[in-house]
Amino acid sequence: MQSEPQAIKRALGRTLIRSSAGKTRTRDARVINLGDRVFYIATRTLASCVILLALLLVGDLFRGAWESIGQFGLKFLIGTTWDPVARQFGTLPTIIGTLVKATIGLLLAVPISIGAALFITFYVPKWLRPIISYPIELLAGIPSIVFGLWGLFVMVPVIRVVQIWLKAHFGWFFLFDGPAVYGVGVLSGSVILAIMVVPIITAISRDILLTVPRLQIEGMLALGATKWEAIWKVALPYARVGLVGAVILGLGRAIGETMAVTMVGGNSFDLIHSLFDPVHSMASQIASEFTEATYSLYVSSLIYVGLVLFGITICISLLAQLLIWRLSKGKVAIFE
Amino acid sequence: MKRSFVLVIAAVALALTAVAAQAGCPTKGVKELTGAGATFPYPLYSKMFAEYVKACNVKVNYQSIGSGGGIRQLQELTVDFGASDGIMDEKQKAEARGGAALHLPTVAGAVAVVYNLPGVKRAELKLPPEVLADIYLKKIKTWSDARIKAANPGVNLPATDIAVVHRSDGSGTTYIFTNYLAKVSPEWKDKVGNATSVNWPGDVGGKGNEGVANSVQQIPGAVGYVELAYAKQNNMAWAQLRNKSGNYLEPSLDGAALAADQPNLPDNMEVMITDSPNAKAYPISGFTWLLVYENMKDDAKADAVAQLAWWMIHEGQQYALPLEYAPLKGPALKKAEALVKKIKANGKPVLN
Amino acid sequence: MSDVNAAASRRRFLRRKVTERLAVGGMFLCAGVTIFFLVTILGYVLYHGAAAVNWEFLTSLPLPPGENGGGILNALIGSAMVVLCAAAMAVPIGLGAAVFVNEFPTAGFGRFVRFLAEVLTGVPSIVVGLFAYALVVRPLGGFSGFSGSVAYAFIMIPIILISAHEAFRLVPDSLREASLALGIPKWRTILRVVLPVSSRALLTGVVLAISRALGEAAPMLFTAFGNPYLSFNMGKPIATVPLLIYTYATAPYEDWHQKAWAASFVLLVFVLFTSVLTRAFLRGKSHE
Repeated sequence: MQSEPQAIKRALGRTLIRSSAGKTRTRDARVINLGDRVFYIATRTLASCVILLALLLVGDLFRGAWESIGQFGLKFLIGTTWDPVARQFGTLPTIIGTLVKATIGLLLAVPISIGAALFITFYVPKWLRPIISYPIELLAGIPSIVFGLWGLFVMVPVIRVVQIWLKAHFGWFFLFDGPAVYGVGVLSGSVILAIMVVPIITAISRDILLTVPRLQIEGMLALGATKWEAIWKVALPYARVGLVGAVILGLGRAIGETMAVTMVGGNSFDLIHSLFDPVHSMASQIASEFTEATYSLYVSSLIYVGLVLFGITICISLLAQLLIWRLSKGKVAIFE
Repeated sequence: MKRSFVLVIAAVALALTAVAAQAGCPTKGVKELTGAGATFPYPLYSKMFAEYVKACNVKVNYQSIGSGGGIRQLQELTVDFGASDGIMDEKQKAEARGGAALHLPTVAGAVAVVYNLPGVKRAELKLPPEVLADIYLKKIKTWSDARIKAANPGVNLPATDIAVVHRSDGSGTTYIFTNYLAKVSPEWKDKVGNATSVNWPGDVGGKGNEGVANSVQQIPGAVGYVELAYAKQNNMAWAQLRNKSGNYLEPSLDGAALAADQPNLPDNMEVMITDSPNAKAYPISGFTWLLVYENMKDDAKADAVAQLAWWMIHEGQQYALPLEYAPLKGPALKKAEALVKKIKANGKPVLN
Repeated sequence: MSDVNAAASRRRFLRRKVTERLAVGGMFLCAGVTIFFLVTILGYVLYHGAAAVNWEFLTSLPLPPGENGGGILNALIGSAMVVLCAAAMAVPIGLGAAVFVNEFPTAGFGRFVRFLAEVLTGVPSIVVGLFAYALVVRPLGGFSGFSGSVAYAFIMIPIILISAHEAFRLVPDSLREASLALGIPKWRTILRVVLPVSSRALLTGVVLAISRALGEAAPMLFTAFGNPYLSFNMGKPIATVPLLIYTYATAPYEDWHQKAWAASFVLLVFVLFTSVLTRAFLRGKSHE
């Protein structure tokens, strides 16, 4: 990371030389404006590309889902039967499956990743940091299928043991009153999502926490705060909004993840009653059935599921925006 | 002298061409072909095409994107041939932009019913067809049920719940399995049906053959269905099934090949060979087909595809058994040959 | 000072100390859990894959099942080409859009763009693949490596945009103001001040995006399609590593399973390499 005074000095260099000649001053002003305008238009075009891509995607989804929308309308969202033979399609169970798995996955992942990021940033000596950070980024690069296979061969047997223990001791609680012996199910799906999402959130949170000005923290320490208090009262509020951004990236992965969740999720279309029930998530449903969807209403219904997923992601992002808005209006660390 | 010399050369050339035509290499200069479809035959096709490029110097790129994917790519003319474990229905045939499509069987396979019962070894368990259907319908819920006991006197069956494992992804294996269940159980046919993906009455869906195999291996009391190769590879216990003639048989390649050996095979070979009448047939067997347009506009492509198909049902068959596929024999082979000869380029048959 | 006050302040001090200890313990636990899974999973891949990785594996073409040997050369080259092409599209768009969103906030639709990016991160990779199919494969009439790049770019852009935006957001305004006060035009301020200062975080975002793309098989099914032969032609089907891993992992042959693990191992080494190399390159240009 470039030190700040050096960056300014470099940028300054040529401008100073140019404006030292008095005659060129008016020319400078026009040049500067032109540069700014060009830059503005260039970046605006690139930003518009993003909007264009999103619109094309939504358009394509609508076009593909049209037949199914015409057939089922909004009843699709509350229907509980998915029967390709009888041509009845409804996705309520998978909507619930997706939301439950993503929620539990995030509930597990967010504290762990932010805690880990805090530890790496503030408590680990500088020389050790890259040794821990690079492997964590590596974890983010493991292909989903490999996560799925590891999950199926290694994680699921462990979760099965845990589930059987939970059912034996707490089976009266509705969350633990399910087919513990399957191993695959909501719990396995959530845990594998959590494991997949932790590296993303940790990596970005670490970078964000590293930008917290040392001056602020040292100031708190000089005033007698413990290191934890300095983190809690200075670093976290400063980085709050950025950390939410990191979590949102993790959330995106949690909702859209297909392969790994399909391998350990149990993949049933029934409404879930407990943590041990098997259920599809919307992404795993699409991925599982798409290549073999044999007639157009079937394909269209699967694309409709994709559209519904898109809609749900929009709602969740809106909620996240609300959260960020509230957070940045609250108490913020004093800037210099 | 000159004339007879020319005649001799011409005769030799003709003979050589005839030989080359029978040897299955494209004669009109095509060097690359693209195909897509079923996952079931992928290992075999990949072996076949690796040998084909050595024999004919033609690169065939086949990717296993699923039977449905194969059908779709064929419909949209982005591939030269498709491959499927299931038969195209009327609507799919209507949507094919290249006209009528032929179903050429290439090999057959067997689907094993596997289970996880400690103490019950491979092939010790016998499952009559109605019992199997009712297990999957969730009407029989535990292994100690009277009907299972009746079919298995002397076998030590525990009182565990039956965990039914099925495929979560659409697949040709499911198509073959549900086809069998629909044939032997009117209730299954009515309530659930026969398709690559159905509304299963229960319990756990595994992704792919390996997902089902793994789930069955991990869950005590589980039952599932997988392609024979996976059952063998994972050393799983499979059940004996009763075929139409009343004999109990283990899944085997011979059983699958014999299932194909039945009288009255339709000319277009669009037939499911589950519950075959052959006395030694294994009940849950099925073909896998190459999907090819009957009449193609491009002369060279039509020639290349027809030659490839011919080679696959003759020279290619030697690679089937080592990779756990049942080669085409007897009447099935004859019908397949007749179908390949039906391939035309702009109305003219390609092969003589 | 009275005794009561002293006792109270001692109690407060103790409480703060205990909280500190608990907090540190908690964070240590979190880091420990993360590292535990790291070691378990990476170790598993290494254990199953390292044995099959040798020079032949990296430099030869795939062989059909049952034959010993063979490798993944076509997939390595294909993946590298497809991902590089995707990055060439995704990095300018992602970074450029993030610059726009953060540095020109008065334009208004910047926040909308950021919002869209967040929504797009949740699109499942198979849907992205289908989108690229409709956008590129169908109009052009065939599969191609280029359509695969489009699919990957679609996955990468939101990741790069969001992490870059967060990175830019954390560059103190005082820096920008100082630069502008010295007469440096805004565009140069962005290029020479904001970008370098946030470069570490930008790089993390790009590396995360690339490693995500490298690991996704589903989009490749309908775009790059796959190719058992060596090819450098981006206009035709091309092999990629995640698709190969998927095909091998789901086959009933043990030697193919081994190759799948070995390919995963190679992929990870590649990601590590990219990560370390780009960081070193950056540190070479400026100093900490």
